[in-house]
Order: sequence, then structure tokens, then C-alpha cells
Amino acid sequence: MSDIDPRSVGAAVAQRAGFLEPLILKAGKTLASYELVYETYGTLNADRSNAVLVCHALSGSHHVAGFYADDPAKVGWWDNLIGPGKPIDTERFFVIGVNNIGGCHGSTGPGSIDRATGKPYGASFPLVTCEDWVASQARLMDRLGIDRLAGAIGGSLGGMQAMQWTLSFPDRIRHAFVIAAASRLSTQNIAFNDVARQAIVSDPDFHGGNFYAHNAVPARGLKLARMLGHITYLSEDLLMEKFGRVLKRTEYGFNYDVEFEIESYLRYQGDKFAQVFDANTYLLMTKALDYFDPAKEAGGNLARALSAAKAGFLVASFKSDWRFPPERSREIVKALVASNKAVTYAEIDAPHGHDAFLLDNPHYHQLIASYVDNIAAEIGAGPRKTPLVLAASELAEMRGYAGSERSGE
Amino acid sequence: MMQRYDYELIASWIPERSRVLDLGCGDGVLLAGLAATNAATGYGIEIDDANVLASVKNGVAVIQMDIESGLANFEDGAFDFVILSQTLQAMRNAESVLTEMLRVGREGIVTFPNFGYWRHRLDILQGHMPVSKLLPYKWYDTPNIHLCTVKDFEDLCVKVGAEILDERVLHEGRTRTFMPNLFGSLGVFRFRRKP
Repeated sequence: MSDIDPRSVGAAVAQRAGFLEPLILKAGKTLASYELVYETYGTLNADRSNAVLVCHALSGSHHVAGFYADDPAKVGWWDNLIGPGKPIDTERFFVIGVNNIGGCHGSTGPGSIDRATGKPYGASFPLVTCEDWVASQARLMDRLGIDRLAGAIGGSLGGMQAMQWTLSFPDRIRHAFVIAAASRLSTQNIAFNDVARQAIVSDPDFHGGNFYAHNAVPARGLKLARMLGHITYLSEDLLMEKFGRVLKRTEYGFNYDVEFEIESYLRYQGDKFAQVFDANTYLLMTKALDYFDPAKEAGGNLARALSAAKAGFLVASFKSDWRFPPERSREIVKALVASNKAVTYAEIDAPHGHDAFLLDNPHYHQLIASYVDNIAAEIGAGPRKTPLVLAASELAEMRGYAGSERSGE
Repeated sequence: MMQRYDYELIASWIPERSRVLDLGCGDGVLLAGLAATNAATGYGIEIDDANVLASVKNGVAVIQMDIESGLANFEDGAFDFVILSQTLQAMRNAESVLTEMLRVGREGIVTFPNFGYWRHRLDILQGHMPVSKLLPYKWYDTPNIHLCTVKDFEDLCVKVGAEILDERVLHEGRTRTFMPNLFGSLGVFRFRRKP
């Protein structure tokens, strides 16, 4: 990467914060201590009002924007959104990316060493929920001296956390960006998640979650889980357009080898993912998705559940997203309206399916940028120093899509 | 951008701190204005991407949806006022939109270009579909599919059970009192569900 992108936040540095105060989890268990890995971009202003927290989804991490000095190809998973001249501009905002508890990118998770035993947690790592994540994120904000977020943003499972922030800490967040999310998973979504989990737990290398002790990795199960997930993150039209029925060879082989391009693509994506991701984290993340349902404790009434919120909301969905379709976002909007919240809702015409929330789309990015400008006005952060520059070309969109490491809930 | 001759009248009808739903809010200027001058709160509804973006830029809480698929997002009587400003003529089913307005709002305000305006009549007499400031489109390329006169709208109010509270026909911002259906180009109605 010889050309330095002027819109990049530049070289990012992962930081680590340790917490000795136990975290009581929704599951009833307690995490005695834990560490969070995070990155920040931009500068916290004098009155500490310009912080934006980025919540990651199933496979995300704290590395949201920029690159690493020793690994310039490792660009953050939402780099197209965050940086000078990008929708969330780091010349006015202080942006924080954090790896969630239970993750596998450095924060305490199933693969970490349990101090009590000196061995990896494995199957003994407790299940964590969006509420638990938000509670741990709030402690990180305490550590950074941030009383109140200018905003929390996330797509999919990340959007659920942004929503949870407004409920767990109504006085600590001005705005929530809830993108390609849902207030609770549909039956079909839970079903997909369970197939993914069954693929993992039925892999003989899973060893009941304690595969670390066996020097094994349930790569086959994790690969299958990822392949299944990946299909659901893309629209049928996009798959058809990109791969069609194209064969790797000219004729059918009448065997079970890789024949169609889509098979090759999915297996490659699955293998790549299985090499870097932790199977227990995958299980835990899918359960956190399944459990999220803020209306549950309000007798199924989402409007009542959301009545505690004081934040403004930007809710966005993508028309081709069938994993978290617009209907799910409309439910959120309906409940927000019924409880008199400030909400803006956009249904974005993008062909990519669920993954669209990670990709370039001029309308989507302009919308976020304009909403961010309104927040800037609200906190007195002034106008943009670098004007918004959109990476609008369809080519760039497809590049973003092909590098689907970022793919996922 | 078409000049908003109906703005002052609408603003004069809306008490401070009313909850307002603006159907087909365009770039959101009406709602932004009502928020600034009348401390009104509420939402704009838009279907068009560019208008949604423009509304956000104007600081309006805008919800992207098709008015004609119903206002199911909104509960009965959720708003003090539901406004349909210069949008009625583009609705496929104006009657059901009006019915929904009566359901979700305590009062409704509708403004529309009066097809009975004398210039429009003159255009027809001369053998052509009218093209005017309020109806700037050629007949073959227009979003306006349901044009009506002030009298037609009165009839529709009766049909859907709306009680007209106030009715003006404006031309360039001034109320026409003499033969309004002939000399006024913009109908402005305020109504509620018949008690």
C-alpha cells in the first residue's frame, strides 16, 4: 500500500484496558475480571462530548478504521465510514472501536486464559448478552472519561448494542445509529443460527468447547457455519449476478468436487474464516443475537421497552437484506414513534443484501454524514474541516464486497 | 422549489407544541419551519431518497415510507395535526389517505392546486391541459394523477366523514373570497373527523 489514502485515519494502535471490578452477567454468572481491546481515532474534545462508539457485529473487532503500521493491508472493517472527509469524520469526532467480551480479537473471551485455572476458558466461558456488552463498554467509557456519548453506531448485532445503550444508559447517549438490525431475531434467523451452531458442535474437533486443550480447531464446523451465514448476508440477485452458474471447468464432472464458482468462493471464504475465528466466539455471538429482545421484559411491548430511551435514533435498513429485512427495522420505528422518540428512518436501495451496511453507497453514506453533521451542530463541534468525499464508484463497491472478510452480522 | 404560499396559513392554525405529521414532507422545510416558529414536534413522511436526505439536512425527523401503503406505523389519534401539503394530487388513492389522516390525527390539513382556477379552465377551453406555477408539469410527464377542484374536495370530505373546520382558496398567498373556486389557485382545508 504505497499510496496513503488521505481519507484514512492512518496507522491505528490497539490499546488494552483491564477491569478488576467483577461484571455480573445477565446469565447470572460473574466475570471476575476482564480485558477489553480497543482503538480510538480522532481527539476527545475539551468537554468530552464528541465520542462515538462503534459496536461490532458477529465477526467484527475493535479494528474499525485505519490500518496497522506493520500490516498496512489490514484495513479496519468500517474504514469507508470513519476518517477525515468520511461520513463520521475524525476531525470533529473521537471514535472508539472495541472488541466485545467473548470475542476472539484480544478482549477476554473463551480462548483467553482463566486466571482461576490457568487454562483457556473454553466451554466454561459464560454466555454474554448485548446488555452485558453495553455494561462493559460503559466501563470503558468511564475509563476514557466519557460521561455521555455523542452517539453509538452499529450494524446488525452492532445495531442491537446501539439500541441497548439507549435503554441501559439513557442519560449517557445522545444518538443511536441502528442499522440493518432488529429488535429481536425472527424465527428463521434463530433457525439459521442454530444450524451454524450445530455445524460447530458436531465437529469431532470441537471437544465440547475445550478444543484448545486438545490442540484442535473445529475448522470444518466453523467453515460450514460461515458458509451458511455468508449466503444469508448476500442477496440472491447479487449471488446470481456475481457467480451465476459459471463452472470452474467447461463441462460437468459428475462428481462432488468443486464445480460451480459459487462453491469455490464459499469454501474459500469458509476456510479463510475458520483459520482466524474462534468457534466458541461464533457460538456465543449467535446466542447473543438470539437472546436480544428488549420488549420481552415489557410484556412484549417494544414501545414500552423503548420509552426509557432519551436518545435520537437513526434507523436504516436495506431493501435487498433478507436476513434483517426492512420489516424488522419498521417495527423498531413504529415502536419509537409510539413512544414519542425522535427517529429518522431510511430504507436504502442497495443490491447487496445484509452486507450492504458495510459497503459504499453514496445515498447511505450521505445520510449518515448529514445526521452526523446535525450531531456536530448539537454539541457545538462546528462544520466539517475536510468536506465529505464519497467513494462512489461501483468498482469500489465490488472491491469492498470481494474482500468479504468484513462480511457478517 | 415551489414557493410555499400555504405556509403562513398552516402555521397560524397550529398551536404551540403541537404534534405534527407531515405526509409527503419533501425537503422538510414546512416541518422545520413549524418547529422553529411554533415549537412543533413530529415527523415527516417521504418516499423519495433525495427528499429524505434533504429533510435530514434540514434537521427534520423523517421516516421513509409510502403513504399509500397506509399509516400503520401510527396509532389512532397519535398527532394533533396531520398535514398533506400539495401532495394529494399525486396520490393513487386519495380517499384512503384522507381516511387514514382522520384516524391518526385530531385534525387534518390538506392543500392542493385548485383545478378549477380560471387559468386552468382557460387552458382547457383552449384545448390544452393546464400548465401553471402550481401545476408545472406536462400532461404526459406528471406526478399529478388526481387533480380536483375545491368543490370536488368538499364532496370527498363529506364522503369520508370529515367535518370542514376552515376552508380557504388562496392565490399567491392571498385568500380569494369572491368566487374562490374560480379565482383561487390553491385550496387549503382544515378538517376533523365528524364527531
